[in-house]
Amino acid sequence: MRVKAGYLAGLATLAVCAVIVHAMPSGGTVSGKVTYEGTPAKQKPIDMSKEPSCAKQHATPITTETVVTGSNNTLDNVVVYVSAGVPDENAPGQVVKFEQKGCQYIPHVLAFQVNQTLEISNADQTSHNIHPLPKVNREWNKSQPPGSAPISEKYDKPEFIPVKCNIHPWMHGNFAVMKNSHYAVTQGEGGFSLANLPPGKYTITAWHESYGDQSQDVTISGSETKTVNFVFKAKPY
Amino acid sequence: MGKFFAVILVVVTLASAYPIVTHKYVQPVDISTHGHAIDEQLADTMAEGGFAFVGAQLLLAFFVWKFSSRKDGSKVKHLPGGAKLVVATAFILVGTEVLALGVLGQKAWADVYFTPPKADALQIQSQAGQFAFYFRYPGADGKFAPLHPDKIDEGNGNYFGLDPANDVEARDDIVAAELTIPVNREIHLLLHAKDVGHSFYVRELRIQQDFVPGLDLSLHFTATKTGKYEIVCTQLCGLGHYNMKAYLNVLPQEDFEKWLKDRAAEQ
Repeated sequence: MRVKAGYLAGLATLAVCAVIVHAMPSGGTVSGKVTYEGTPAKQKPIDMSKEPSCAKQHATPITTETVVTGSNNTLDNVVVYVSAGVPDENAPGQVVKFEQKGCQYIPHVLAFQVNQTLEISNADQTSHNIHPLPKVNREWNKSQPPGSAPISEKYDKPEFIPVKCNIHPWMHGNFAVMKNSHYAVTQGEGGFSLANLPPGKYTITAWHESYGDQSQDVTISGSETKTVNFVFKAKPY
Repeated sequence: MGKFFAVILVVVTLASAYPIVTHKYVQPVDISTHGHAIDEQLADTMAEGGFAFVGAQLLLAFFVWKFSSRKDGSKVKHLPGGAKLVVATAFILVGTEVLALGVLGQKAWADVYFTPPKADALQIQSQAGQFAFYFRYPGADGKFAPLHPDKIDEGNGNYFGLDPANDVEARDDIVAAELTIPVNREIHLLLHAKDVGHSFYVRELRIQQDFVPGLDLSLHFTATKTGKYEIVCTQLCGLGHYNMKAYLNVLPQEDFEKWLKDRAAEQ
């Protein structure tokens, strides 16, 4: 009986260890915050009265989203990614979703990998015509009437791509097509975390649609967590 | 068979005239100071055209009834002077009618399009682009800042191409997606096309004017009734043309001022 209990305890310990090992990052982590200094441009309310089915979805008008800030000068919708130091990776099988809802792109900034399947859907009662404007990838624009099937697309080169709707001029979003899986988009309070980085030297880049990009080098040894913060200069106009 | 055709002609003619004569099609409400002249001109045109149409059709029916089944073998009689005289008479009659309509109608037209607006007219600029209208008010300084097409950034709410970083005048310009105007005040609307040809049409204002890319056209009008009316694009401008519209909001002066103040705070 005692032997059996010993076995069970051993098995349980093993299981717990396995869970811990699995949950632990297999390398170092780079984390930090993106903030701004200065006065960012005032975001303007969007008048959608010409599209009543969209206008009624917003109790108060939504605003433009070219600069989205959080408390304590934090900056959202910044793509933070490893621009050098890791090899290019194949796309994961997971599909990323981009939605048109209330005549707005959700999310405003969508990051995904080269050749990863992008699924674009229209939840509105009106037609949209999605038109991403790449410079190095193939350009296309597609109409999507209400109730139609999602559109599947892929991009085969890394690029930041502005997205517009050919029918609703105020609709604006961004695709960030990444070379590897080490990226994050700041949400809420400007925070980001890039995990699972094996020991080595990396270049971390932060990209913002209005403020451009900036990079910092960081060296990771073991499973340490390094802090990298970015500060963008905001302009009122 | 000929007599049957004559009967059908009379029935079709009278049935077509009936809804017009009895005013079955109601005109949309007229909210402009010049609209009555346009309506009168339309009524005159409809009356003249209507009389000519009904008269010609009934005359045709009469001749068909009288002569279609003739089998007595007698020679056809022509009007003296032959076909040439008939054609010439028709030309003169129709020409006179068209000329008369033109001479009578030029006043209605010229009052809207060929007279300058009053000096105190409220200037508003409209920009038409695929597939929306935007309107710009000069703001506190009373001046429109220059436009820089390269600065147009619709995702950022910069529909006109303003450059507030370098043009101080641009900072107070008010941009809205609805044309809001005060009642009983003359509006001088400057039309500017961003991309292709569009058209500004408000049926209640009895105004329709094309936007032509590269040309600065203008309109002036005075709205006399408050309310919300539809502005539609009436020039096929592309895939989303069906969806290109905006609203005209005619407000009492004090409501307009409040609206303008609220918009100014948003810029």
